[in-house]
Amino acid sequence: MIRTPLRPLARILPARDKGENPDAIERENIRKRHEEMQDRARSRAESRLLVLGVFFFCAFAVVGARMGHLATSEAVEPVASATGAAIAAQRADITDRHGRILATNFETHSLYAQPPQMVDPLAAAEGLVKVFPDLDKERLIKDFTGKRKFVWIKKRISPEQKQAVHDLGDPGLLFGPREMRLYPNGPVAAHVLGGAGFGKEGVSAAEVIGVAGVEKQFDGYLRDPANGTKPLQLALDLTVQAAAEQVLYGGMKLMNAKGATSIIMDVHTGEVVSVVSLPDFDPNDRPQVLVEGDQSDSPLFNRAVQGVYELGSTFKIFAAAQAVDLGLVNTETIIDTSGPMRVGGHPIGEFKNKNYGKISVSEVIVKSSNRGTGRLALQIGTKRQKAFLGALGMFDPTPFEIVEAAGAQPLLPKRWTDLSAVTISYGHGISTTPMHLAAGYAAIANGGRYVSPTILKQKGPQYGPRVMSAEAALAARQMLRAVVTSGTASFGEVPGYAVGGKTGTADKPKPRGGYYKDKVIATFASIFPAHDPKYVVVVTLDEPSVHTYGEDRRTAGWTAVPVTAELIGRVAPLLGARPDVEPGQVAGITLTSN
Amino acid sequence: MRSIVYILTALAVFGLAFWAYRENYATQQVLKETQQVRRDIGAAQVRLNVLRAEWAYLNRPDRLSELAEINFDRLGLLPLRPDQFGRIDEVGYPPEPLLPITDPVDVSTMNAEGQP
Repeated sequence: MIRTPLRPLARILPARDKGENPDAIERENIRKRHEEMQDRARSRAESRLLVLGVFFFCAFAVVGARMGHLATSEAVEPVASATGAAIAAQRADITDRHGRILATNFETHSLYAQPPQMVDPLAAAEGLVKVFPDLDKERLIKDFTGKRKFVWIKKRISPEQKQAVHDLGDPGLLFGPREMRLYPNGPVAAHVLGGAGFGKEGVSAAEVIGVAGVEKQFDGYLRDPANGTKPLQLALDLTVQAAAEQVLYGGMKLMNAKGATSIIMDVHTGEVVSVVSLPDFDPNDRPQVLVEGDQSDSPLFNRAVQGVYELGSTFKIFAAAQAVDLGLVNTETIIDTSGPMRVGGHPIGEFKNKNYGKISVSEVIVKSSNRGTGRLALQIGTKRQKAFLGALGMFDPTPFEIVEAAGAQPLLPKRWTDLSAVTISYGHGISTTPMHLAAGYAAIANGGRYVSPTILKQKGPQYGPRVMSAEAALAARQMLRAVVTSGTASFGEVPGYAVGGKTGTADKPKPRGGYYKDKVIATFASIFPAHDPKYVVVVTLDEPSVHTYGEDRRTAGWTAVPVTAELIGRVAPLLGARPDVEPGQVAGITLTSN
Repeated sequence: MRSIVYILTALAVFGLAFWAYRENYATQQVLKETQQVRRDIGAAQVRLNVLRAEWAYLNRPDRLSELAEINFDRLGLLPLRPDQFGRIDEVGYPPEPLLPITDPVDVSTMNAEGQP
């Protein structure tokens, strides 16, 4: 920059010559210089202000634009990071004890219509009737041409049907995803699984809820999204269950029974490996509940846990086991079973009015003497008998985890008199389910400890409180074995498995009181192998009747026992139980310890 | 000196801005890919479920027993019975092959008559 001097000689000298004050020139120049400086400073300040103004304008414009954008746009969750594993929002599977699928989910579609969007409602209705012959064409036309804005057509359709409807090409026919419950094994284990139906329904989803069986009992667990990948593992064995159903169905037909049930239960863990009730149904297509008549005739009726029956002589072993446990008798004590015997004014008779005379406790069980167990019951007394049966869980619904079980309340006498004690000792006057009986026999089989039957897979033995001494349980097992080797259940022998058990034949009660003469419930409750029991098998046939050796026979020994033998022979190998030689009584060696 | 500092600062701002811009887009890209992968996993799970259900359906006991009956001529399958259990020592293993003779010994029977 060229700096102009404040006292330029070129002006000072002429001014001096003229006698003027040269200082005025200097002041003049200083003033000019100041003016210049002022102008520069102003313009600089102005440009700064402008820049600042532009900056502020831009900043506020950005803030304003962002605010406007946020106010008008749809809210979106900020995606700062990848979220965790996606939640499997479907119902958990149900598997058997080896992880084979019993119930799973399947993606299907539902079909609905929005008539306002339809191009040609009449053609659409016609096309739909061709795809689904069960639809009513008039009804569809009425729905499509009326005022309705939304019409459900089908809740579940197959992929083929979906394609066929898609090919109709009407934009008013729409599909919604539907998750349905699938039971790939059909009627196998139908009563345990129960079934599932739709709860609240929307266009894009429907709630799947359990309606019976474990599906309902464990509805909360199965629906919990956290359990989507953790299947509910049951104690059932699919192979055993299928084989048991097959054998029992054959047995039911051969014995002309109208219904049958079988339970196979692990005596240590309480796991129910198989529970069958016939007739059964397909849970994929659950039948309607009967609106009239007896519910026990419906295929939905689960005889194993809902059928409250008098189970007859199968209860005798409890009286004998308790009498031994209390030290009142041992297996060789002689009981006088000769009649007549009257308790509370009522005569106590034997099957076919037989008279067994004086026989040992063991023979009372082997021959199934009513008077024999009656006398044992009188020795035990009502109070102790009641406490014992209570400890075996005979007074409450079984803790078996399917919803139906909780409703099966055993029927007990209102007043527990001596007569009740005697009749209950041979299984009359008390009505329980076969599942109660299985739990009772499991206590005898495992050495005297109660186990509660369970449908869930267990990790190890689940012993409850002790209900009888190990010695009493051993004596009871020996008596049960003797029933098969030399008693009423001689058809129950399965080589290699040392079956022990007790038969029971009870007349069916009429709905209006009294008993049918020609309708019975035949039960065989068994354990195998008797020397080291692993499983309890209870088979009950409803109204069996066979014609053998010129006679109509209904007793369990002729009906339930052969079916059980076949069942054990078929199922025991599947359970991995290898046939074994029964350890016999070694000659000359007796237990001398107290 | 000051201008160098200014220039370097400006360059650093440019560099950082460019880096942030790139990171932003890279992150968005990764998130998009993750979502796609998750969708694929979901689809695969649905497919797996269907396959599992189908496998269970094809292996249902009723069908297997029917197939066993239909193919009885070829396979001869029967239900497992108790008498089919065996012990391990009942299994007939093939005899072990003899070891090859590497150093044959000549055996003479000339004196055999004389021995007791």
